[in-house]
Amino acid sequence: MPRVLLIEDDRAVREAVALALRRQSHEVSAAVTGEEGLERLRSFRPDVVVLDLMLPGMPGLDVCRGMRALDQTLPIIMATARGDDEDIVVGLEAGADDYVVKPVQARVLEARIRAVLRRAGGSLADAGIPKIDTYGDLAVDRAGLSVTRRGEPVPLAPSELRLLLTLSASPGQVFSRQQLLQAVWEHSYHGDARLVDACVKRLRAKMGEPPREPRYIQTVRGFGYRFVSR
Amino acid sequence: MRPAVRPPGRARARFGAPQLRGLRVRLVIAFALVAAVTAATTGALTFREARTGVLQQSQDAVIKLLRTHVDRLAPDLAFPPRELDLRRLATDVAAAEPAGTWRVSVRYGDLRAASDVDHPFEEVTPALRRAVDSSRATVFQRVRTGDHTSLVVGMSVTFDASGGGHAAPSGIQVFLSVPQTTEAAYVDELVTAVERATVPALGLAVLLALLAARGVLRPVRALRRATRSIAEGRLDTRLAVDGSDELADLSHTFNETAAALEESVAELRGMEARARRFAADVSHELRTPLAAMSAVTDVLDEDAARLDPDTATAVRLISEETVKLARLVDDLMEISRFDAGAAVLHLDEIDLAESLRSTLAARAWTDRVETDLPPPDAVRGRLDPRRLDVVVANLVGNALRHGARPVLLRLYGDGTGDRAVIEVLDSGPGIPADVLPYVFERFYKSDSARTRTEGSGLGLAITAENVRVHGGTVRAANRPEGGAVFTVELPLRRDAMDRESPE
Repeated sequence: MPRVLLIEDDRAVREAVALALRRQSHEVSAAVTGEEGLERLRSFRPDVVVLDLMLPGMPGLDVCRGMRALDQTLPIIMATARGDDEDIVVGLEAGADDYVVKPVQARVLEARIRAVLRRAGGSLADAGIPKIDTYGDLAVDRAGLSVTRRGEPVPLAPSELRLLLTLSASPGQVFSRQQLLQAVWEHSYHGDARLVDACVKRLRAKMGEPPREPRYIQTVRGFGYRFVSR
Repeated sequence: MRPAVRPPGRARARFGAPQLRGLRVRLVIAFALVAAVTAATTGALTFREARTGVLQQSQDAVIKLLRTHVDRLAPDLAFPPRELDLRRLATDVAAAEPAGTWRVSVRYGDLRAASDVDHPFEEVTPALRRAVDSSRATVFQRVRTGDHTSLVVGMSVTFDASGGGHAAPSGIQVFLSVPQTTEAAYVDELVTAVERATVPALGLAVLLALLAARGVLRPVRALRRATRSIAEGRLDTRLAVDGSDELADLSHTFNETAAALEESVAELRGMEARARRFAADVSHELRTPLAAMSAVTDVLDEDAARLDPDTATAVRLISEETVKLARLVDDLMEISRFDAGAAVLHLDEIDLAESLRSTLAARAWTDRVETDLPPPDAVRGRLDPRRLDVVVANLVGNALRHGARPVLLRLYGDGTGDRAVIEVLDSGPGIPADVLPYVFERFYKSDSARTRTEGSGLGLAITAENVRVHGGTVRAANRPEGGAVFTVELPLRRDAMDRESPE
């Protein structure tokens, strides 16, 4: 049973979302404030966090950063009002994997949670049989879902990992942002390309890519991104 | 809202070129005319007085001198004189003038003698001779022959026969002809002097006219600039008022008008902003309860089947209407963002045909809509994929609801790769002519009964805003063969004002 940590200050929304998610066989822990949410991280050990960005007290963005500092791989879904564009950008840069726009229907949120969990879980069935591809000083274990650089593990959030796996599966091929949104985030075609850009940025930073001339993940102007193995 | 800016061309054409009826030209002409008339009148009067004075003086001097000499020489004359005597008298009188310009002719009866034999003395006319005959006084006349002017003086020589002081005419007549070259030159100089004075006076008049025109025109020009500035929407434009003439009054009135205008516009804008903020606030406040309701509509839908029929109907109604309400509030929020200028484009390089296909597929419309789309990657552009989806979905949804099948979605490029055209055609009754201009207005319902349809009433308004924020155009029309057609034109490349996707 997937464990969902819901951080939402409005009582009605909190109860409604918790109810809907529980009916979808999630185990839900609901927190009212960001501080409470950060505490639950340890005690509840969620598989995924649904975080409202508009919180009293500690702002949602700070909660997001705090969680990222504690756990590099925890999937975080932001709940936000459309139009709060700055918050979305900052949230994505702070490490959120995805976002939903309120008011959100239960089945949309549920689909996003499933998608992000699929990213995190991947093909867990194949785990145990290492299938390691090496690109320069980068080693990608497609079965164990881990990445090492010069032998050091690179902790990746689910979206970052899935993005790297997708891109590196076909080195040299150019993926458009919309293709990546569909392949990695399981969004419909008309998703927000900023998800991709923010994720690429975080991935490059974690892989220690020089920001001006990225070695592995290159931008193809006007089209999208490609992975280059050397 | 941007103030409507009139193209400056029209206004400039009216003011820019210096026309003959311009204030400056009129002032210059008036000043020059006044100066010319004044100079001419003054010059003419001065000239006449001076000329008369000069001629009178030289004439008096000549006559006096002649009289003196004749009086001095006449007593020595033999009487009756012979021609020789007459000639000597003439020569002697002529010699009295040191410059030698005098020509003297002396007559006695038929005898005549002259100081200058070659001179024909044409200027001594018979009329003059008769005047000398009949008058004992000195007779003079200015005679112009050719371009020379001569003073001709005639007098009778008298002698005092009785010794009692009673002078009797001797019959000897002395005529003097003096060319008046010096006087003429003097008068010429006078004319030249008047002329010379007139030209600078005219120049000065023109200069003064220009200065005066500038003095008048500067405030007029400032007024014109300020008016144009106001017309372009800078309502805080004011004029510096100096002096207290009519133009200063005008400037003052202008400032008052501008201030009043600015105040009313600010008031109107404030009201409009408050109204918009109210709409935005209301939507915002509705969103939180709706978020809770939206989250559980699926729960209601799932369990409705297990409830008794009345409750099930009520529950389904609540669920359906909650979804609609959520959509309406979402649309209102979207409109509010457009109104607030807060709508941001998230551009991405996309294949438009693929995008259109996805829009249809995502709403399960693929089987209900015919398509005429170019091959993959034939039309690519930098657009906001979500907004393009909204545009196409609204237009196609509108066609499916209000038009009749077949509905055709068509996409083509303009050949240059700069613009794309999206057309949505239906085969319904078309749009009534009186509705056509308002189809993109908010909550505009074509029938006055205001029957509620599936849409929020904001769909086409949001479509128009989404197209506009891309720098494109959308228009609605009726096809000659029946049915409505909505045409969207979108620029595919936007160099400026792009919010670049971060690398």
